[in-house]
Amino acid sequence: MKNNKVEIIVVGAGPAGVSAAITLARAGKKVLLVERGDCAGDKNVFGGTIYAKQTAEIFPKFWETAPIERAITEQKIFLLTDYNSTQISYKYASKGAYKAFTVNRSKWDKWCSQQAEKEGVYYAPKTLVNELILKDRNVIGIKTEFEEFYSDIVIIADGVNSLLAKQIGLRKEIKDSDVSLSVKEVIKINKEKLEDRFNLDEEDGCACRILGGPLRDKFALGFMYTNKDTISIGYSISLDEIKKLKVKPYELLDELKAHPTVSAYIKNGETIEYSSHLIPEGGYNAVPKLYDNGVMIIGDAAMLVNNIHFEGTNLAMLSGKLAAETAIEAINNKDYSKSSLSKYHTKLKESIILKDLKTHRNTIEVIKKNIHTLSSLYPELACEFLEILTSADGVEKKVKYRKFLKEIIKKGTISSSIPLAILAMEKCLKK
Amino acid sequence: MNINERLATLKYNKDKESHLTVDNDVCMRCNDKVCTYICPANVYEWNEQKCIMTIRYENCLECGACKIACEKKNIIWRYPNCEYGVKYKNG
Repeated sequence: MKNNKVEIIVVGAGPAGVSAAITLARAGKKVLLVERGDCAGDKNVFGGTIYAKQTAEIFPKFWETAPIERAITEQKIFLLTDYNSTQISYKYASKGAYKAFTVNRSKWDKWCSQQAEKEGVYYAPKTLVNELILKDRNVIGIKTEFEEFYSDIVIIADGVNSLLAKQIGLRKEIKDSDVSLSVKEVIKINKEKLEDRFNLDEEDGCACRILGGPLRDKFALGFMYTNKDTISIGYSISLDEIKKLKVKPYELLDELKAHPTVSAYIKNGETIEYSSHLIPEGGYNAVPKLYDNGVMIIGDAAMLVNNIHFEGTNLAMLSGKLAAETAIEAINNKDYSKSSLSKYHTKLKESIILKDLKTHRNTIEVIKKNIHTLSSLYPELACEFLEILTSADGVEKKVKYRKFLKEIIKKGTISSSIPLAILAMEKCLKK
Repeated sequence: MNINERLATLKYNKDKESHLTVDNDVCMRCNDKVCTYICPANVYEWNEQKCIMTIRYENCLECGACKIACEKKNIIWRYPNCEYGVKYKNG
């Protein structure tokens, strides 16, 4: 690196930043990737999976060498009432056609940064960027704790709180309704016991989403993911909702863990790590301006998360790749202006990222409005129906059916008897 | 499981100075003090006698919730200097 100058600087070695850096290095560009943690992954948390197809576009056949935990072969939805639950399961064979994997982010992110280094990226961990350097309204570099680095373009991948995007006015103060707070525990459990409890073959894994129970009537979703010999359990809740509840986030997690259906999976396990993170869940309407002279924003920093479909890491990687492709073109043309970098926005609009976010631009509003139906009424009705179907207790069926129908009329409005999924889809399809 | 047991599962490198600061006079006028219950690491505690916010910054999980949730926008929030703060082993 001559005089601390490269062609591109990428700030943040998460999925977005590494994908951008590696795409640039593969095109022969000189790229510096800086990361504030001692190692990539030290500061990163997720309640989720990495998606096979889109991850393989950056790291072909990564599952052969990368540190993965389990290949997801079952997706479950838990509908909880106070004590009972109805579970919906979608199970599929994974062999040869992986869809998603659970990973340990400390190991996974570290592995990704190592691949980037192998492919020629200058990688600088333990480097905190305090501010961007500007000259004549162009971003021309970064100021770290100890020195300055210069580049033609800076790609910002510093995560959901993105202090750098805020510094240059691309992002405003985050609204508390546009982010969710997530808390999580990693619980250690004997491997065979874990496979028995989740009915899994070796190496196969399960992803569970949890509605209702202690999370009823809140814009909140619980989750459970199986790793090799640990279970990740937690929930996320819209920050404006938990503010109103005046409850400590970990106390609500205790309630979720104590629900009979949930506790059966994690009992006698040892919590080996507690963590917390924000998720940018504002969707299409919260996406900020994504570029300016000499700068682009990617991943969580750009709020590119599709919470309706649990997508984040894949969109981060794709946005990194698209920003890198824009940067390659800009460097070849020696044009780092915002009009040159606006091609990044065009690429995003043509990709599934902004297409899907746009499709769902009103969905969160529909769900928030119908949160009682979704998180309280549906779980109750599902459980009550199955109770009637399966209980033999000497009570005449007609009496039970009448009572059940009365309950539906009493509890639900006419609109909430229309399945919410159809309502949401219809809204998505409206232009 | 209480919060101290939870935080004990984590590896931290404690910095000498806090990366979180508030103006106590503003906190005094704040009715809700959202930070005292929204923080997942229970970093903030209002000391009624001394009228100051006790900030256990060494327990911070670096999530950023306090800064966004604060009604008075009174929390100056930055990342800990490099090599300091929380270090996740599982994430």
